[in-house]
Amino acid sequence: MTNSARLQWVYAWLLLSPALVLLVTFTHYPAIKSIIASFYSTARGKRQSVYIGLDNYHTLVADPVFWKVLSNNFWYAVWTIPLSIALSLIMALWVNEKLRGLAFLRMAYFTPTVLPLIAVANIWLFFYTPGFGLIDQIRGLFDLPEQNWMGSPNTALYTMIAVAIWKEAGFFMIFYLAALQTIPPSLRDAAAIEGASKVYFFRRVVFPLLMPTTLFVSINAVINSFRLVDHIFVMTEGGPNNASSLLLFYIYETAFKYWDTAYAATLTTVLLMILTVLAIGQFFFLDKRVHYK
Amino acid sequence: MNGATQSRPIFQLDRALNTFGAWVLAVLWLLPLAYAVWTAFHPGEYETRFDLFAPLTLDNFADAWSQAPFARYFLNTVMLVTGIVAAQFFLCTLAAYAFARFTFPGKGILFSLVLVQLLVMPDILIVENYQTMRKLGLIDTIMAIGLPYVASGFGIFLLRQTFMTVPKELDEAARVEGCSFLGVLWRVYIPLAKPTYLAYGLVSVSAHWNNYVWPLIITNSVETRPLTVGLSIFAVTDSGIQWSIINAATLMTSGPLLIAFLLFQRQFVQSFMRAGIK
Repeated sequence: MTNSARLQWVYAWLLLSPALVLLVTFTHYPAIKSIIASFYSTARGKRQSVYIGLDNYHTLVADPVFWKVLSNNFWYAVWTIPLSIALSLIMALWVNEKLRGLAFLRMAYFTPTVLPLIAVANIWLFFYTPGFGLIDQIRGLFDLPEQNWMGSPNTALYTMIAVAIWKEAGFFMIFYLAALQTIPPSLRDAAAIEGASKVYFFRRVVFPLLMPTTLFVSINAVINSFRLVDHIFVMTEGGPNNASSLLLFYIYETAFKYWDTAYAATLTTVLLMILTVLAIGQFFFLDKRVHYK
Repeated sequence: MNGATQSRPIFQLDRALNTFGAWVLAVLWLLPLAYAVWTAFHPGEYETRFDLFAPLTLDNFADAWSQAPFARYFLNTVMLVTGIVAAQFFLCTLAAYAFARFTFPGKGILFSLVLVQLLVMPDILIVENYQTMRKLGLIDTIMAIGLPYVASGFGIFLLRQTFMTVPKELDEAARVEGCSFLGVLWRVYIPLAKPTYLAYGLVSVSAHWNNYVWPLIITNSVETRPLTVGLSIFAVTDSGIQWSIINAATLMTSGPLLIAFLLFQRQFVQSFMRAGIK
């Protein structure tokens, strides 16, 4: 018995080891290494990297670009997370209703998910182009003036937000759709017999049943609000004057444009901390409302 | 009975409004793609003029194809994506099997280490992973693009959940028949998890076909660049290339994925439902 138990351990470890080695090398090690590197200076030429304590963090606190990027990322998250989730739920409800043209609707909503963000950024770029872009052409029909959407500090971030919502909603819709189709039709029939309105049925029955999906989707939306930066490369490169830059884009610039790896590691550490706090918070906040079967 | 006849017109109005809303949103959602198709198939002078009788042309595709090494980029992307997905299936299956059906010390801790990756993705660890790749001498290789993503926390989690739903009796029956540990995995677990493999495979293919930032950092030659990076270099807006050609290139790079999705969209959604991702 103990022999077979020991054999189980050996098998389990053999099965796990290839995945674990790669996982640790490219996820856990770099995460910890980022934290350590944030206490050292960047090696430049002959100058070695040395321990400098909290110097990088002092730089960080005094860096106006960091604060700008952080507040951008905050607003980016505040707009994209609820809007993409709400839209995806509406889409899923519509597709689930089997409305006319179901296949077309599902295809239309989901298509942005399959397209590379970097590629569609090119198309959106044209939409926003001042003067002859599609948005300004439509505005022109109503005699509204030209507007440089991506070039103005007031609107640049919102052009990014619109693209992110458009890109994400269809993906989240799939998860809601999958969950909606597991809700037994008998519940709806029962509610109809009781005379419950559609809104009431949704609020008291459907929505609570979708809670685990909402938890899953919202965690993904939070991660994406820090991860989806591809379109910035094509559309604004963070400009004008960092008005549309996000934390990950700033990390990229710091590490691979200015080659200040220690400061980039410091920024990465901040990003890691934000993600951890958000994940823990979300888990406790939403977990109480999740009804598992 | 009375109630049903009363609510009938209201119900129909409600349905009509919903259908209208759904269609408006759908058209809005398809607009960028529709616009790209319009410009890509028409001569450059129709970029901003919408004339229903504008002549159709394939010149934009030919121009894009000849102006950048897209054939090579395609090859790189296909190699990258097949490599990643094959390696992910292999590694994640083994790990998920261990988590689903074996008891061993440290199981809980190891599983939470796997779950950490759902949150901390390699996408945000670009600075240190670049250093690691440099130490390994893998800068500017296709392998370096894929390696950080191969041991996927999402894949392990998903397959473990599926494997856990396999009835223990099937497992035991196969063992009585004389199947080894790996034999049971191959004959019982993997066949039953087919919808999960399909759903996960599709998500993974589209994620890595579309990935941009990490490939941009780690590659610097035509021989390794995937389509996304190649396209972004080609489509620098102030290089004077026409919109119609950029859009043709855009459609080309997303085309195979788009066509595959349009063909398989029903199976795609269903496999998600059967895989129990919810």
